Amino acid sequence: MQYLTQLFRILLISFLGEMLARVIPFPMPASVYGIVLMLICLKTGIIKLHQVEKTADFLLEIMPVLFVPAGVGLLTVTDALFSNLLPFLVITLATTVFVMAVTGTVAQLLLSRSRKGDSDAQ
Amino acid sequence: MLNESLFFGFAASLGAYLLGIQIKKRTGISWLNPLLTSVVLLIAVLVLFRIPFADYSAGAGYLSYFLTPATVCLAIPLYRQFSLLKKYPLAILGSITAGVLASMGSIFLLCVLFGSDMPFFISMLPKSITTAIGMGIAEELGGIPEISVASIVLTGIFGNIIGVGVCKLFKIKEPMAVGLALGTASHAIGTAKALELGEVESAMSSLSITVAGLITVLLSSLFVSGYPL
Repeated sequence: MQYLTQLFRILLISFLGEMLARVIPFPMPASVYGIVLMLICLKTGIIKLHQVEKTADFLLEIMPVLFVPAGVGLLTVTDALFSNLLPFLVITLATTVFVMAVTGTVAQLLLSRSRKGDSDAQ
Repeated sequence: MLNESLFFGFAASLGAYLLGIQIKKRTGISWLNPLLTSVVLLIAVLVLFRIPFADYSAGAGYLSYFLTPATVCLAIPLYRQFSLLKKYPLAILGSITAGVLASMGSIFLLCVLFGSDMPFFISMLPKSITTAIGMGIAEELGGIPEISVASIVLTGIFGNIIGVGVCKLFKIKEPMAVGLALGTASHAIGTAKALELGEVESAMSSLSITVAGLITVLLSSLFVSGYPL
């Protein structure tokens, strides 16, 4: 019964997220409203971690399988893919390097600054 | 015969994915993502045996039902790592925001240079974030979710392979910074590499997955409304 109760809580949050996505006129997926709701519930203690943890870990573990149909669905959009193949590859590969370099460099800069602030304060 | 089957696509998806896990285990290659292996295998089978995609998706489509509940659960790892976020809020949020802006800015620029149409631009926009949120953004804003998924998976694999090299090249040595860079640029598949590097790297990388996803959701419609083509 434990898994069923946990699944019920997760489905309830998913449903509320779905309703929020319908009511709020901002292009945000229902699942993202759900993430925020779940985080608020955990933070405020409305839901305790152990009350969703086991089923959540199961769902997170199987998550990649849920994308298999969309991946295979590439078959149905070959026209859009092949007519954009060069930009698709260039953008996918080049921006990955760029994002990594920017994130890491900025992180290092901010970290050294906040640590310097810490040692100054002491 | 297959066109009335509710279970063919579902079972084939699970089977191919489990096979993908086995292949990764046997070869020991960390970037050989089971999602990629299973998709390539299934596409090969459908094309080879001339099975229409509709016959596959009749059963496989039910898998998508669990997508929203599973994505909601991303709040759990975020909750577990909240203390890290509280300890270094500026460095973590600042660097991830910089990464997200770099991602969407460079995609914007390249799409304009290539003269890409709007649906393609939207499909590429969430390429560095987790599939769960990225696919939702593509659907919500009018992109082609299948293209997003392909780009997201390829990004993850590429990031996993080149991550350590890129960090060396740009002198990113702090374990926290390395983790943030891996997770923000290449989501869960990049985090698999962070897992090999150390505890700090992997905690930071997995924290970045959801945070980068959330920041991307907030900013993506701005980039879409400013796209000139």
